[in-house]
Amino acid sequence: MAAGAKKLPFWADAILLPALNLLAAFLVSGIVIWALGEDPFLALSLLIDGAFGFEEAISYTFYYATNFIFTGLAVSIAFHAGHFNIGGEGQAMLGGLGLTLAVFLFSGLSPFLAVIMAIIGAALFGAAWAYVPAYLQAKRGSHIVITTIMFNFIASSLLAYLLVGPLQRPGGQMPESADFPEGASLMPLHEIFGMFGKTFEDGPMNVSLIIALLCAVGVWFLLWRTRFGYELRVVGQNPNAAAFAGVSVSKMTIIAMMISGALAGMMGLNELLGQQHRLLGGFTLGYGFVGIAVAFMGRNHPVGIILAALLFGALYQGGAELAFEMPTITRDLIIMIQGLVILFAGALEHLFRDPVTKIFTKIQTTKEGAA
Amino acid sequence: MSEVLAIETRELSKRFGAVRANDGISLQVGKGTVHGIVGENGAGKSTLLKMLFGFYTPDSGDVLVQGEHVSFVNPADAMARGVGMVHQHFMLVEPFTVLENIILGAETSSKLDEAKEDARKALIELEEKFGFDLPLDEPVENLAVGVRQRAEILKALYKGAEILILDEPTAVLTPQECEQLFELVKLLREQGKTVLFVTHKLHEIMATTDDVTVIRAGKVVARRKTSETSCEELAELMVGAKVVREVARESHGATAARLSLHQVNACNDQGHAALKNVSLDVHDGEVLGIAGVAGNGQTELLEVVTGLRGIASGSISFSGDVVATDSITTDPITLRRMGMAHVAEDRLKTGVVESMSAKENIILGYQREPDFVSRGVLKLKHIAQKAADYFESQDVRPRNPNLEIGSFSGGNQQKVVIAREIARDPQLMVIGQPTRGVDIGAVTKIHDQITELRNAGKAMLVVSADLDELLAISDRIAVMCEGEITGVLPVEDADEKTLGLLMAGGSLDNVTAKEEE
Repeated sequence: MAAGAKKLPFWADAILLPALNLLAAFLVSGIVIWALGEDPFLALSLLIDGAFGFEEAISYTFYYATNFIFTGLAVSIAFHAGHFNIGGEGQAMLGGLGLTLAVFLFSGLSPFLAVIMAIIGAALFGAAWAYVPAYLQAKRGSHIVITTIMFNFIASSLLAYLLVGPLQRPGGQMPESADFPEGASLMPLHEIFGMFGKTFEDGPMNVSLIIALLCAVGVWFLLWRTRFGYELRVVGQNPNAAAFAGVSVSKMTIIAMMISGALAGMMGLNELLGQQHRLLGGFTLGYGFVGIAVAFMGRNHPVGIILAALLFGALYQGGAELAFEMPTITRDLIIMIQGLVILFAGALEHLFRDPVTKIFTKIQTTKEGAA
Repeated sequence: MSEVLAIETRELSKRFGAVRANDGISLQVGKGTVHGIVGENGAGKSTLLKMLFGFYTPDSGDVLVQGEHVSFVNPADAMARGVGMVHQHFMLVEPFTVLENIILGAETSSKLDEAKEDARKALIELEEKFGFDLPLDEPVENLAVGVRQRAEILKALYKGAEILILDEPTAVLTPQECEQLFELVKLLREQGKTVLFVTHKLHEIMATTDDVTVIRAGKVVARRKTSETSCEELAELMVGAKVVREVARESHGATAARLSLHQVNACNDQGHAALKNVSLDVHDGEVLGIAGVAGNGQTELLEVVTGLRGIASGSISFSGDVVATDSITTDPITLRRMGMAHVAEDRLKTGVVESMSAKENIILGYQREPDFVSRGVLKLKHIAQKAADYFESQDVRPRNPNLEIGSFSGGNQQKVVIAREIARDPQLMVIGQPTRGVDIGAVTKIHDQITELRNAGKAMLVVSADLDELLAISDRIAVMCEGEITGVLPVEDADEKTLGLLMAGGSLDNVTAKEEE
């Protein structure tokens, strides 16, 4: 009974608390901006306008959000199986590698085939990179948090080696591959809008967004509508009960981590196939890590993850605009603001959760007392 | 009852959501007495205790300690007023020694060695006064449950407890440890301490207390002097109706063994031998009870039978098929399809997923059955329908399968589990601790159900720590000690004394020999 009484209503948990966390982050950011001698309200309006004020901005916001949807979903599915996948970054890098290899291997045959194989390659390489830590966890008990972090470093070094070695653009000096062949790309959405007679400013938002949204629907269906998802959640919440129900905990750990890795790996679709059209060293830019905050803020539910991804997309895009409009607010300060949001939404979750829970319990008891 | 009240509550109320956990509880505990509080699980005993110890604040009403009004905000307040509590689940740091656990939070010096030496002197005095003999420098994890409990009691005394609250203190003890506890309680009373003894086992109330308060559905329904009441009266007061403990049993002819273990050996998680040459048969239409002090291989026995643990040698056959040898294991799903149902002994640890709804829990273990899932997709409507059916047939309360299973009382959780397990008309039911943490009303119902299934010709293997329960429902009782079966006897020949000797490792031969002397 006591446990039941300590629960928050759904809306308070899913909306009120994230809103409070966000508010707190903005408050602290506002104080810093004010201390720098700028108007925090103007900064906020510039940030919002920079993220949603015009079509190109919206395109960028959704473009960044696409990355976060992939990495957020990746973190959440591992989380539902009881594991903390910190390796989204490395899995995304390997996904990018798989994607690039597939593009160069198959684009001679047909660009369309190359794109399909690139999507498969991204998912496959990401999954394979997650498989090793998952196997070590399931069969040897090596903690997945430690191994996935280490695998990020290995992935980063591997990519760096390949991009200044065998995969480097012939004659190039930068750690990047040759450009993808013509046609081996995911179409920007503004071109698709154009086909339907709607004009939309050019921007990087591309078909990957639709793929990401489909993945979100897929994850939701898998987790809450299928037997597999049920077994996955049982493993995550009570491994003993899973064994009781005949579910192999080690097998499920491996499969869930591979799905997680595949989703993280697909982040490359947006960055590489949608925008850069070549493999770049360090193209993941920390999206894999921010995915943890996205999943956390989105309560590990696909709908929440999409919303949280949009928030972070807006922070990235609006932040860049803000730095451009207000010279005193540097790029580093924007990163600090993003960091504050992550801090309040992730690490300081309980700062507000406990008092809010107390208030709700009190309201509930007085209400019922009156009734 | 003496003049001064150690604890008094006046119209104490506490509610959780729609549930009135405590509804105007008035309690008077005389100083220097042992006061029993009985009630079914979910009657509100725990809530009352938690208010007395500062875990919960009352919604209304007053608490008086030694005649003074108090309002505890946290357990530290309660301890400062001389109220100590020994929880059902011990609050000990297992790798720490007894001494370290006892001084935790009451260190007299910031230097650990000094604090320990200070405490050691005080503890030795306390130990003499109350007849303790605890290994102060032994890590708690090496100690038996009964000893840990004494460490908890000593801890409370060291912190100056005048009033000791014991919450279901015998739930985890062997019969011998229980006796020792009762002795200790008497000694505490002789030394002027007040003891609040909370339990749902009535003979413990009769054995230890001076006064007793009966709680039902959050209210005090009776106050009695223990000398002027009886088990029967208390049971009646607790449930509000006459309880018939006798279970109607039909006789049956001998039939083939449904489950057969032959010379089974198995190891526990630490790799030590947990089952030694265990041979058992369970026939259709009988209840075979497994008795024994907890930790003597019963858990491993349940696990090897239900496919959760492999065996090192020997064989197990079920319905005539060999399901386990040193090289064969059969997974739980296959066993269920062959007609085996399993009610896990530790419900929250194994039998349910606490954070999932009751609805989701009713498919646990049966999540691959075609009526719950088609082509990998859950049939949610059908599952909801089944859950509603189970709730109706078992009278689960509150009747809402969408609530988390963890928010139901133990008895209602067990009802859901039993409904799930009997739904597919199993040939064999393997039941661990059928009524652990279950209130008396539900106990009767569960016992009746076990008997009904037996009368319908099912084979039943029941492991229980409660001898009364086994004596009430079993046809035969097998006793385990240190991984061996020390004896199997028909229930007619079983009494607590014989079983006790077998539980301690004696054999049937020397039991009879002793009786002849």
